[in-house]
Amino acid sequence: MATATATAIPEAAAPQSFDVTLRIRRFDPDDSDTHFWQEFTVSVYPTDRILDCLHKIKWEQDGTLTFRRSCGHGICGSDAMRINGKNRLACKTLVKDLKTKKAITVEPIKGLEVEKDLIVDMEPFMAAYRKIKPFLITDDIEPTRERVQTAEERAAFDDTTKCILCAACTTSCPVFWTDEQYFGPAAIVNAHRFIFDSRDSAAGQRLQILNQDEGAWRCRTTFNCTDACPRGIEVTTAIQQVKRAMMYGLEDAE
Amino acid sequence: MAIHKYDVVIVGAGGAGMRAALESGQRARTAVLTKLYPTRSHTGAAQGGMCAALANVEDDNWEWHTFDTIKGGDYLVDQDAAEVMCKEAIDAVLDLEKMGLPFNRTPQGRIDQRRFGGHTRNHGEAAVRRSCYAADRTGHMILQTLYQNCIKQGIEFYDEWYVLDVLLDEGRAVGVVAYELATGEIHTFHAKSIVFATGGFGKVFKTTSNAHTLTGDGMAIAYRAGLPLEDMEFYQFHPTGLAGLGVLLTEGARGEGGILRNAGGERFMERYAPTIKDLAPRDMVARAMVQEVREGRGAGPDKDYVYLDLTHLPAEQVESKLPDITEFSRTYLGVDPITELVPVFPTAHYAMGGVPTDVETRVLANNADVVPGLYAAGEVACVSVHGANRLGTNSLLDINVFGRRAGIAAAEYANEVDHAPLPESPEQRTRDMLENLLTGDGSEQVWQIRKEMQETMDMNAQVYRTETTLKQALTDVEQLKERFRNVSVQDKGSRYNTDLLETVELGFLLDLAEVLVVSALARKESRGGHAREDYQVRDDVNFMRHTMAFAETDADGRDFIRLDYKPVSVTRYEPMERKY
Repeated sequence: MATATATAIPEAAAPQSFDVTLRIRRFDPDDSDTHFWQEFTVSVYPTDRILDCLHKIKWEQDGTLTFRRSCGHGICGSDAMRINGKNRLACKTLVKDLKTKKAITVEPIKGLEVEKDLIVDMEPFMAAYRKIKPFLITDDIEPTRERVQTAEERAAFDDTTKCILCAACTTSCPVFWTDEQYFGPAAIVNAHRFIFDSRDSAAGQRLQILNQDEGAWRCRTTFNCTDACPRGIEVTTAIQQVKRAMMYGLEDAE
Repeated sequence: MAIHKYDVVIVGAGGAGMRAALESGQRARTAVLTKLYPTRSHTGAAQGGMCAALANVEDDNWEWHTFDTIKGGDYLVDQDAAEVMCKEAIDAVLDLEKMGLPFNRTPQGRIDQRRFGGHTRNHGEAAVRRSCYAADRTGHMILQTLYQNCIKQGIEFYDEWYVLDVLLDEGRAVGVVAYELATGEIHTFHAKSIVFATGGFGKVFKTTSNAHTLTGDGMAIAYRAGLPLEDMEFYQFHPTGLAGLGVLLTEGARGEGGILRNAGGERFMERYAPTIKDLAPRDMVARAMVQEVREGRGAGPDKDYVYLDLTHLPAEQVESKLPDITEFSRTYLGVDPITELVPVFPTAHYAMGGVPTDVETRVLANNADVVPGLYAAGEVACVSVHGANRLGTNSLLDINVFGRRAGIAAAEYANEVDHAPLPESPEQRTRDMLENLLTGDGSEQVWQIRKEMQETMDMNAQVYRTETTLKQALTDVEQLKERFRNVSVQDKGSRYNTDLLETVELGFLLDLAEVLVVSALARKESRGGHAREDYQVRDDVNFMRHTMAFAETDADGRDFIRLDYKPVSVTRYEPMERKY
């Protein structure tokens, strides 16, 4: 017996499928105005993503289950949702990394109006993004070749260039939940991306916008946003740098 | 019925669509219709870079880039088009930098460049540093930068609007029909010119780097409207997909010095491409990997993959130049590339074929005529700058060069002509199609048919093909098309009905799978991404020509695919044997 066990190879290592239950927040605008919870049980592998589970449910059990998704590997930002109480991308959350003894809860991200099931209205989020002038503004004479930027200058805003506009940060923010006029972390992150870009000349304009009532000062540094960011952006740090730039100017902000 | 009137309508908001919008929007009243929010487009998943002979770090020129592109494409590239692309590449990169794209920098503060597969110095002497990049997030940066500039210019977007039909009137494109996801309403867009920039159709395969939404909509819509599809048999399998998952790991990993190894630890590419080894073009590397596995040198419990080895590179270099793929490997396979070998295997990645266009991006109705008012750019189009095999980074280049050209050409045409009348009941075809799907109570399920299509395509029409496997794929796809007639949609609602749209998308995919297989069966040679085990050599006498596939109906009312051929445009490069 002992010998047999010793020589028994890979088979034991092959992953086994098992059943998990997902408890999903539903809302069908065509049918009724009530939101309700619904449970589905699916057979999964430990390495399956929550997106795989949602697909299995939609394809094999209930075609009306509705959610956004595209790339499936954490780059497009379509499938931010609240999974076991935390904002995450469904395609970047593996079953093995969640507690599955109880049902896995899946809800839409908070603070934006729910349109259907896990789909929310993204427009207020995009409107805040547009307000901070998320594009390079220059006042120099355009060079023939590229603008010169040192590696150090480029590094100053590297972290905030990673944003995929998934809204996981903004909809994890308690300030945003109670006040949707607040610009929210994502808009400030994208302002940071240009404020600290050595090629840009409109930092003053953006800082003025974020110095308003609904701007960066509303941040209470709860770090929810940093925890929620699927791209690992130090969101709270970026917001703090923006605040310091408003207080002390760009040079002393970092 | 709502009718919207614009000068130019652009379909798709990835790199090509938004690059077009930036030009068109300055010249004519423009709307962009996109089934995804623009920043969700799959341009954002491109990683390694965009080649242009800037010569910022070593000697280079656009003619070398042109030669590499043509040789890389196994001489099926239209050489005039490749010249245009490689010449305009330099400005395309500089334009993006001026728009704000945060490229990695050299110590002098210039745009940094790195090596990439098939890109060489002086016609194949050695690998050259030509790829302009931003870590392994170049596509993400391009997509964000273009979207930011669209906001700056006030470009008008219709987000989550699915274009389902193109309206042709006496051969001229006059509009499109679109389905608004939020409401389920159908709208007609009346336009003087239309630009298709809808991307590829990787979802015909099971193992793919492509997004769930890459369902070939633009290609299928054009094909159903009677327009040809060019070179659909040429599909690229990217060598380094995460094994079992297909998630892309950039060729830039090998550009940074990464090495492919078999189970024995051997650097096997030395046997297949002695000069540039791991940086050989993708078709050759993918075949080499499959060959290693077939000959029993694959790794893992089932010996069905090989390894990408980055462990000899400094950790700092991997973390800073390849941060995203490092994370993908850790997240999805639990493998740390800094200390461990990463299991990889080819993944369906890119369509070289598509809607045929000329270098002005005008869509071709056949070998001689264009479709007035219709333009295409990016992966949906076949110019053809990629021929039988696209070189790495040339897709980000393609979308920028030809996206720009499409925006200018479409707007200029729109400014010369009046709106042509819309056909009667322009939305009827779309309404009938959706109504059929919504009211059908058949027993077939979308996911089941899609799964079987993807399985047969992976099994029978992938890296290696034979007459037997392709015939099997054709039989399977034809049966699946038959079963698709009996498909049922569960969600009968009008708001955010993604169930309905997935069904429409499957219909598109089935058409394209069939065209791919039929085109592949007829091409009895091996060239670039099309490797026939029963016809192993390239046959320039009979097959140095583009396939043109048309949907037609015979005298008995049966649908069939008619194949025609189009000559390759040759300027100064005579075909030669492809060795690296």
